[in-house]
Amino acid sequence: MSVLVNKDSKIIVQGFTGSEGTFHAGQMIEYGTNVVGGVTPGKGGQTHLDKPVFNTVQEAVDKADADTTIIFVPPAFAADAIMEAADAGIKVIITITEGIPVADMIKASDYIKNKACRLIGPNCPGIITPGEAKVGIMPGFVFKKGKVGIVSKSGTLTYEAADQVVKQGLGITTAIGIGGDPIIGTTTKEAVELLINDPETEAVVMIGEIGGQLEADAANWYKASGSKKPVVGFIAGETAPAGRTMGHAGAIVGGSDDTAQAKKAIMRECGIHVVDSPAEIGKKIAEVLG
Amino acid sequence: MNLHEYQGKEILSSFGVRIQRGIVAQNANEAVAAAKQLTSETGTSWHVIKAQVHAGGRGKGGGVKLAKNLEEVELIAGQIIGMDLVTPQTSAEGKRVHQILVAEDVYYPTEGGETSEFYVSVLLNRNTGRNMIVYSTEGGMDIETVAEETPELIHNEEIDPAVGLLPFQARKIAFNLGLSGGAFKEMTKFVSCLYTAYVESDSSLFEINPVLKTSDDKIMAVDAKVTIDDNALYRHKSYVDLRDLREESAIEVEAGELGLNYVDLDGNVGCMVNGAGLAMATMDLIKQAGGEPANFLDVGGTADAARVEAAFRIILKDPAVKAILINIFGGIVRCDRVAQGVVDAYKNMGDAIKVPIIVRLQGTNADIAKELIDNSGLDVLSATEFQEAADKVQAVLV
Repeated sequence: MSVLVNKDSKIIVQGFTGSEGTFHAGQMIEYGTNVVGGVTPGKGGQTHLDKPVFNTVQEAVDKADADTTIIFVPPAFAADAIMEAADAGIKVIITITEGIPVADMIKASDYIKNKACRLIGPNCPGIITPGEAKVGIMPGFVFKKGKVGIVSKSGTLTYEAADQVVKQGLGITTAIGIGGDPIIGTTTKEAVELLINDPETEAVVMIGEIGGQLEADAANWYKASGSKKPVVGFIAGETAPAGRTMGHAGAIVGGSDDTAQAKKAIMRECGIHVVDSPAEIGKKIAEVLG
Repeated sequence: MNLHEYQGKEILSSFGVRIQRGIVAQNANEAVAAAKQLTSETGTSWHVIKAQVHAGGRGKGGGVKLAKNLEEVELIAGQIIGMDLVTPQTSAEGKRVHQILVAEDVYYPTEGGETSEFYVSVLLNRNTGRNMIVYSTEGGMDIETVAEETPELIHNEEIDPAVGLLPFQARKIAFNLGLSGGAFKEMTKFVSCLYTAYVESDSSLFEINPVLKTSDDKIMAVDAKVTIDDNALYRHKSYVDLRDLREESAIEVEAGELGLNYVDLDGNVGCMVNGAGLAMATMDLIKQAGGEPANFLDVGGTADAARVEAAFRIILKDPAVKAILINIFGGIVRCDRVAQGVVDAYKNMGDAIKVPIIVRLQGTNADIAKELIDNSGLDVLSATEFQEAADKVQAVLV
């Protein structure tokens, strides 16, 4: 088992023939991911990386049975790409694009809310189920198959956490990069819930950062769920000054309740094993799994 | 991107929001001319002189003053321009005032009429992914204080993106602010124009404090804090020129021009990291190791020699920096390339680097990278594990 993506996912790449899309689609295919084609408006009928190119997502769904998409479309057009995928019936929409205007995301998240799809991102590294599917921009070799699920707002910090987990002799069921923007499709709570409910996942690493309420919501849900699966948590940005955006558009301390300290306090109250040092994520997960 | 009050008001006004009128001035002479012009256009006899800096609480620091005649306009303008204005939102050194807004006095008396001040802001509710209008009868004061002491006096109205702000919502706001008659009608128009302005200008924050009901029942924005969504600036070419680089840290502006995402901090250990989350985590690790981070710096996905050198130069401008930690998790970026970049940059810079450098490279080709660093003959400490890097930082700080 795994969540969201696996070896049977039929994946398309939106922005397939662009430089980012080409590079990462190539890496995904090399990893063994089941990429069934891509979409670039106006280039339908061509072949790219030995896969068919479609003009629309609908065409990719009709002809290649696509159910999952990864979006590399530039920021000005990315919200439209998300809505097109949702309209065509794609189930999992993974958006890598960074820098989408907030107004566009307000519109897109409203548009897709009653559609049967799940948006991951934007501004995220994607999802990987080791050994089955890499639908993202992460270095595949870092992630070995195992029983720990990872949820994170950050790209390289996800790789860091996975590396530490693997070096403890453990591995990963699925790692979900949810993204660092103010508006994201799948929240920390939803991603943690997916992993807690996954029978193969025995523990979860939850990595957050300053800004917003997502980690507090996830912690409260975890406590209420009564789950016995251990969760190890880390919040980046304890040393970040208030009112400054730290790289990710959503990483900004607005008040007293979205600091790293406040989030960690709530997580601890809810029974999450919080580490203060980012170097201790792997050690802690090994400890809680005994 | 943050705007000055006068720039924000111009945008508001262009969408039909009534504002306290004013003219911006760079010196006392211009201020007097502005005051004369304002009197002829608005009939105002008194003027409010307001420092234009990117910080709230300007009145508390002496940056907002009333002038009752032209002599006072000249005197006050002369005092405010050039001062280092200290407010609750600035550092202890304050912010240099380069320009002022000469504004009409809108607190004039009318027989039988009273003025009142409100608070209105528009912003994103991150929990719901929708915009909301936050408003209160407690205008003209610090809204954080109101939120703490009398949270029941703060209301909010969430906007459905499919239909926008609806007339009943504007009425609800005006009713909740206790208005009736002409002022009620004015407020519904004010709120609806304000929301249109927010959406059309791709702003991420409007904070109007105070919104004034004048003694003759006009509703207007007396102040305006406006932040534009940087990611949407491509749709608003004319706004790009509104950026005032004097309001930003010079070193951050320079880093930005080099394509580096850099935030200047007060600590003693510089850092250079790929990825925002890992960069924040690295700052935290520096603190755990007994240091204080001197900066946030995300070098992004291409950490080649030119970029590493640029980052070195930026970090080393800060004399407080006692050590530099480079933390790269190579994914698509190959660690050996980064290591070569560090070696080349170090050699290029010759004697410019006088502090210990700790390089932690992990991920793709990390072992080759470590060898490269260790064999370079340079005074660079290498590490592969995160904790190992922290220990080395700790060791050089002792």
